[in-house]
Amino acid sequence: MFEIIRQPWPWYVAGAVIGLTVPALLLLGNKHLGISSSLRHLCAACLPANITFFKYDWKKEIWNLFFVAGVLLGGLVATQFLTNPEGIIISEKTITDLQALNITVDNELMPASIFTFENLFTLRGLMFFVVGGFLVGFGTRYAGGCTSGHTIMGLSNLQWPSLVATCCFMAGGFVMVHFIFPWLMSL
Amino acid sequence: MKKSEGNFVDVSPVAHPIECEAPNDQVARETLITSNIKYLITGIVFGIVFVKAEIISWYRIQEMFRLHSFHMYGVIGTAVIVGMISVWAIKRFNIKTAQGEKVIFHNKQFSWGNIIGGFIFGLGWAITGACPGPLFAQIGSGFLVVSVTLLSAVAGTWVYGLFQEKLPH
Repeated sequence: MFEIIRQPWPWYVAGAVIGLTVPALLLLGNKHLGISSSLRHLCAACLPANITFFKYDWKKEIWNLFFVAGVLLGGLVATQFLTNPEGIIISEKTITDLQALNITVDNELMPASIFTFENLFTLRGLMFFVVGGFLVGFGTRYAGGCTSGHTIMGLSNLQWPSLVATCCFMAGGFVMVHFIFPWLMSL
Repeated sequence: MKKSEGNFVDVSPVAHPIECEAPNDQVARETLITSNIKYLITGIVFGIVFVKAEIISWYRIQEMFRLHSFHMYGVIGTAVIVGMISVWAIKRFNIKTAQGEKVIFHNKQFSWGNIIGGFIFGLGWAITGACPGPLFAQIGSGFLVVSVTLLSAVAGTWVYGLFQEKLPH
């Protein structure tokens, strides 16, 4: 049994568990799945700076911060105790594409050649961590949610604005990977 | 037979302009630790799945946007279908929360932000290899440099808040 858990989980298992988070949160206490909101609560709690958008009762939403703390701990637990000894298997075509962009492909979850502190103060690091993170935080709040709040919770509740948002998430991703990313990696 | 939707309170976002998009609708009072520990545990399960299904992997996101793998589409598709069935069942059978309260659903109001912000987020998603959830799980998995990404995402949210009234919606 433990050996099975250590293997990478198939998409239908992962998808089902993630989908069940929606009713779990609703039935545990009328909570709506949405992760990017935690970023707003952090702003409201730490640096509201008299901005109207951050003037609300964030303490009422503190469950969301417990939830994301759990996600972080879950990452720790899975990596410490349930690691797949084989490493990640990536599609051959993607490996070829990434190598063509001079990215060293390893079998970690994240390419170690990019996601290290040594890269933080390079142009690449600036793009991957600082600019990338900023786009995620700014974009999700502007869109009113992220993949969890719109794609999973919103679509589960048949909200068409969430479908529009999801299509735009995907469009942004395609444009980045196919048009901007090759240019960034050539810098 | 009457449609079940009529039983549900429709809380329009216009009535509460600064309302949270992933709100807490519980009426019963909550204590800081004992009430919230269950969300920490739900989060742990969520985080474990993220890592075990390799959703937090930067490579998987590249594969998805290069259409080289079905994996991410399978995960998201299954999650949406399971979520839809669950929400339908909660409405249809009027299932109450653990506190015996009626489950409240919110309609999302369309805004141009869904399109513009959504596109901006998509750009960031593809380069960082993470949406907000996986950012937390990546840090937990030991990729500590991602905490810079997370701080930057908080900064992005803050800047959005600063200019919110000036941006087209």
